[in-house]
Amino acid sequence: MSAHIVLENISKFYGEVLGVNKVSLSIPPGITSLVGPNGSGKTTLMNLMAGLLQPTRGRLSVCGLSPDDPEKYFRVVGYATQYDGFPRGLTGWQFVHSYLRLFGFKPADTERLAWEAIDRVGLRDAAPRKIAGYSKGMRQRIKLAQAIAHRPRVLVLDEPLNGLDPLARAETIALFKELGREGSHVLISSHILHEVDLISDQVVMMSQGYVVAEGQIRGVRGEISEQPMQVLIRCDKPEHLASQLFQHSQVVEAKVHADRAGLLVRTHHAESFYKLLNHIALNGVQIESVAPADDDAQSIYEYLIGAEETTK
Amino acid sequence: MSLWNRQILAIMRIDLAKTFFARRGLWIYLLALAPAVPMFLHGLFDHKADLQGDFGQDVQIFAGIFQFFFLRIAIFFGCVGIFMNLFRGEMVDKSLHYYLLGPVRREVLVIGKFLSGLVAAVSIFCGAVVVQWACMFWHQSGELMRSYMFSGPGGSHLMSYVVAAALGCLGYGSVFLAAGVLFRNPLVPAAVILVWEGANGILPALLKKISVIYWLKSICPISIPAPKNAGNGIFNLLIFDIDPAPANVAMVNLILLAGFVVVWAAMRARRIEIGYGTE
Repeated sequence: MSAHIVLENISKFYGEVLGVNKVSLSIPPGITSLVGPNGSGKTTLMNLMAGLLQPTRGRLSVCGLSPDDPEKYFRVVGYATQYDGFPRGLTGWQFVHSYLRLFGFKPADTERLAWEAIDRVGLRDAAPRKIAGYSKGMRQRIKLAQAIAHRPRVLVLDEPLNGLDPLARAETIALFKELGREGSHVLISSHILHEVDLISDQVVMMSQGYVVAEGQIRGVRGEISEQPMQVLIRCDKPEHLASQLFQHSQVVEAKVHADRAGLLVRTHHAESFYKLLNHIALNGVQIESVAPADDDAQSIYEYLIGAEETTK
Repeated sequence: MSLWNRQILAIMRIDLAKTFFARRGLWIYLLALAPAVPMFLHGLFDHKADLQGDFGQDVQIFAGIFQFFFLRIAIFFGCVGIFMNLFRGEMVDKSLHYYLLGPVRREVLVIGKFLSGLVAAVSIFCGAVVVQWACMFWHQSGELMRSYMFSGPGGSHLMSYVVAAALGCLGYGSVFLAAGVLFRNPLVPAAVILVWEGANGILPALLKKISVIYWLKSICPISIPAPKNAGNGIFNLLIFDIDPAPANVAMVNLILLAGFVVVWAAMRARRIEIGYGTE
């Protein structure tokens, strides 16, 4: 049985409006972030994976299972939607426990799993209270508890960090990492790109219903060849280093950092640039550190999607 | 117990709590019990005036209220409120997806929800029939009532009303459940069904049978006499059935009709998509 989430040429149209088009992905276990502007098709893609929508064309499977077989599929998949709706009148405990009963576990197991999930999101004290009185962050967490209660191998989370305070955000990110380490798929959509960097093993970038990039962030950055790579070098003589670098054609731009203790270099050929840098370092420049400055989700987003957004 | 049975029970536990104890469902209780108030007052006035009243007339009044108000209005709209909310209400609350994300076949979900609606509707409306019966006849002498209930036709009449109310819930419930599954705005089909059911008396014989009220009228134990000054017009068509079905045939047909509609709704539920309109 495949351990991947596989989408084959998936399209979804709402009448004549495009949701997603010709999406083909194979997502391995680990934490995957789905990134894109509003209306890019992230929620549509997640709803398709959760069987809440049916594709107009194409096929998808999760760990070899299809949403057409819900009795098996939803034992493997858990989904916390971005919808802020809850059944009326339920407490946090009743909410998690009631829907867990649909799995047909024994009553004692249902109770144990419900408390376990509530504990994992840190809501034990609030569980006996009605959800209607919860804050936005607590509602997010109780939805997360409901999604993880049956211990799914694949967890799909639509904007799970929205509304969380910094402490809850850090705890929730730690939980995602823990789930990822346990070998689960954790698929997260997020607008907050620096958190995507912190969390993700890989990213899927979407724009206007299409997947524009996928893979590990560094790998995706390497494929954007039209944008020179940015490298930040901390050193003792940045002006001298800049003058030496400009003698070589692979350096497009070199900018001395405001604190005069570093240099930001743009180059089309990262590998040959690093070799060159080693050579220069042997000739009297003290280099403290070298780090890529634009192989993060924010930069990739700006290169791939920011350009499209601005040309619209 | 099989998985499906456990899932149906789990669905019923969730939905029954919502139906029975929801504040927004209060109007259904009021609608079901509305006839009890004039019935009780009628008895109270007779009792205070030390009148036994015309027992036969009371039986006719009860039959009239049951057929014209309880079946056509109270159960009809009560079922609109209960059964359409099973799916459409969850859509409005943005909570239907929690069921769809469980390892539950859509068919099992529809049956679980239908049964929870049915248990609620039957409890409310059959209970209301008994309450109304008590309110209508409480002031009659104990001896007369004992004789009517146990030696006369009273017991079987009451049973027929309860069965008619239960089958009304079954028939209308199935229709409105299907409307809730199929239509984004189920009030439009509800209005169409209301007109169709209301006009049942003037429809051709074959079309009459494609309705719930036709079969329910056949189960009612007492025919309503036309008012003396009603003439022979359309009112009589609404009251009398030229070709009423035998009660047992009516019961079987209503159960078959409801079964067919629920199965159809269950099959259509496979195509339900969640689109609360966020993206």
